[in-house]
Amino acid sequence: MLELVRQGAEGEGFVPPSTKDFELPPIFGDSPYTTKPIFLVLLSVILISVFFIAASRKAAIVPSKLQFAGESVYAFVRNDLAKDVIGHEFLRFVPYLFTLFTFILVNNWFGIIPLLQFPTMSHVGFAYVLAAFTFFVFHYVGIRKHGAFKYIKDIMFMPGVPKAAYILITPLEILTFFLVRPLTLSLRLFANMFAGHLLLLVFILGGEHLAQGALGLKLVSPFAFGIGIVLTFFEFMVQCLQAYIFTLLTALYIAGALADEH
Amino acid sequence: MEGTLNLVGFGLAAIGPGIATGLIFAAYINGVARQPEARSVLQPIAFLGFALAEALALFGLVLAFVL
Repeated sequence: MLELVRQGAEGEGFVPPSTKDFELPPIFGDSPYTTKPIFLVLLSVILISVFFIAASRKAAIVPSKLQFAGESVYAFVRNDLAKDVIGHEFLRFVPYLFTLFTFILVNNWFGIIPLLQFPTMSHVGFAYVLAAFTFFVFHYVGIRKHGAFKYIKDIMFMPGVPKAAYILITPLEILTFFLVRPLTLSLRLFANMFAGHLLLLVFILGGEHLAQGALGLKLVSPFAFGIGIVLTFFEFMVQCLQAYIFTLLTALYIAGALADEH
Repeated sequence: MEGTLNLVGFGLAAIGPGIATGLIFAAYINGVARQPEARSVLQPIAFLGFALAEALALFGLVLAFVL
């Protein structure tokens, strides 16, 4: 990023931000395991733990502000996501959904928190891991509930479909359950965070570059920064939405695996 | 002028999901306007549809960088 700014200052052409801006150097030594996203993940775990332990430590009937904040997040996941979607067996999935929601939410927020300003999930590996968890959870739940044979059979040969249609539906269903679902889940989160970060870089680095140009360009640069600020709020919305959608889809997949017919 | 045609392709690929997202939220707003108490039922459905339509645009974005 500094490289870009320097090039801009030397009067060279503007270098638009690219995927290279996401390849951050290791912070300690040469190990590829000490890059910024790894520390952000650790930081998010610490922040979430501290917040919810503090919020639930002195639980009272008349809640403090902190307790209220913690409980409203929990109530949102429990009632709006788990209960409404999964139904009467929802309670044992609340811990997983709650962890998923808060983890993704905080890691996404890192994209706009000053000084951190890097969404962890814009590295696709983290999103893959989260989607893999969901993938194993919903298949495991389905196999536990129906037995492996019936579960796979229900996926491959959906009941209540005319026999001839199986030629078309069976490959599609296999593809959906074992490839498309985990892939879309991870790519959606990754691509949203990636695109959002790139968008902010374009406007903020662009504004920076314009400010160092001729007088006419200097006059335009505040507008670029202004749009950058507006887009930061837009990003905040997208970040919350993506955490919600990831958790909602996980709940829907679990509900689908638990249902009597798929 | 330098660049890659992938970005033009991504622009074209984003038209469909853009229209789709508009239609989904139009239907959602219509539904809530007609029957405000159905909001909590419609909301997850609307966001699910939005997420599915949006995934297509994001595949385009990923492919624009990968190819």
